[in-house]
Amino acid sequence: MGKVAIIGVGQSTFVRQYPGSIRELAFDGFKEAMQDAQITAKDIGASVICSAPEYDKQRSPAGVFAEYLGLNPQPTFYVETLCSSSSMGLRLAYSLVKSGLHDSVAVIGFQKMSEISSAESQERMGRGGDIQWESPFGTMMPAYYAMYARAYMEKYGTTPEDLALIRVKAGTYGQLNEKAAYRKAITMEMFSDPENRMASPVASPLRTGDCCANADGSSCIIVANEEKAKAFCKKPVWIMGTGAATTAVNLAGRDLFSGLTVAEQAADEAYKMAGITAKDVDVAEVHDCFTIAEMMAYENLGFAKPGEGKDLIQGKETYKEGSIPVNVDGGLLSKGHPIGATGGSQIRTVVLQLRGEAGDIQVKDPAIGLVHNIGGVGLYGNVTILGR
Amino acid sequence: MGKKKQADDRFKKFGTVSFTSITKINDFIQYMEDGKVMATKCKDCGLIFFPPRADCCQCLTSNMDWAEVSGTGKLVTYSKLEYAPVGFGDDLPYSIAVLDYGDYKIFGRIASDVPDEEVRVGMEMKTIVNKLPNEQLNYVFQKV
Repeated sequence: MGKVAIIGVGQSTFVRQYPGSIRELAFDGFKEAMQDAQITAKDIGASVICSAPEYDKQRSPAGVFAEYLGLNPQPTFYVETLCSSSSMGLRLAYSLVKSGLHDSVAVIGFQKMSEISSAESQERMGRGGDIQWESPFGTMMPAYYAMYARAYMEKYGTTPEDLALIRVKAGTYGQLNEKAAYRKAITMEMFSDPENRMASPVASPLRTGDCCANADGSSCIIVANEEKAKAFCKKPVWIMGTGAATTAVNLAGRDLFSGLTVAEQAADEAYKMAGITAKDVDVAEVHDCFTIAEMMAYENLGFAKPGEGKDLIQGKETYKEGSIPVNVDGGLLSKGHPIGATGGSQIRTVVLQLRGEAGDIQVKDPAIGLVHNIGGVGLYGNVTILGR
Repeated sequence: MGKKKQADDRFKKFGTVSFTSITKINDFIQYMEDGKVMATKCKDCGLIFFPPRADCCQCLTSNMDWAEVSGTGKLVTYSKLEYAPVGFGDDLPYSIAVLDYGDYKIFGRIASDVPDEEVRVGMEMKTIVNKLPNEQLNYVFQKV
């Protein structure tokens, strides 16, 4: 069985309010990926559409997109694992191509979150938890991750300032990313000024500056078999490993609160499949929906020992020039987080890095890249390893 | 024309806003009305479930007993919310938390009369039934 490649990547600009419908939003990411791959719709064997569906009035968006993007009569699949939907979509595309069922697949992630208010959105996101036993207590995403932050900080003595350093790094690179929704520099002084919005409490111990924001956006990844990749593409990027895991939806069903078991398990599977270890990774995109999530990712992926994530960020080791650059596109904290599109955007960044086409944020000569994408509050974990 | 059967939708009383009304463990609400928070225990394998479940995925049976949550648990983690989702704004501020009883854990709220400065990870707390201002029921963690 041959290898599986990524031959095209694209994403829309992530914005607070997209001035168009969901099919038009999906078109933006798809167009860029198709132009990148230099192929046409007839070269695509199937599509995989990825989103968290409760934001849209349209039921079954996959069929609507297939038609709008010129992908009829090819079959389409719909994948949903909350915020990691498009990484799970890539895993499905990998298996569809690896099996020989399709020679190429377009993975299209999207989310138009602005169709509902921020409070409504928080309520829907909260319902990504256990609606029978958690939601009736008034839960929301920042509070769930804040519970992880509390347990993590208690265990390891990590401080709110350590978390703020992660946001400062995100701001450093967000300024350089023309597709990011938030492109302003963030300073530590903002976090120490009680009058500054960054410092205002959301759900203790997390503050506004620790949280990413909703956004509208789309992404597209074109996957192909080895034969097609070599025929179409000068610089194919190979899928070396894919890992995925699940755990209890209710926090009461979990044992670890200072890290995400799904990230550890997905990383183990992906590293084994790729035949590498954490030390071999040259550049990574991790799911920084909250600063604490990036801190835990350092450790769950093996970039740092448990409790030592703060040493990485304090020493700027996760900056572009550091030993393991992480989220040098600004991360979700700068780009915004259009749920179903996020994983595809992370994959796009790593593919551009491996091709040497990342521009201002290019890391020096990376050979292996990693994408860590989490759905819900550590309910779903996806880790993908890519190589030149 | 037969009379339409009344649905057992007691679970709609659970929490400030319930998103579930019909479940096979609706007696949980009756127990709460009587001041008790209950887990379920599989009669076949003895496993205790909280939140309570109607079915045991290990034995593939539905032979469950009710078992009362008693004694104290250790506070694993918590967060105090300054913003709330739609429908929960009147409860602000409030803290959600996880309490570890050893055999199982409970996700709930910290009682509103526990001062913030007295809340510490690792402290012993107990789970008690709480009547909300809107006549709904939930459970909260109280100091011991």
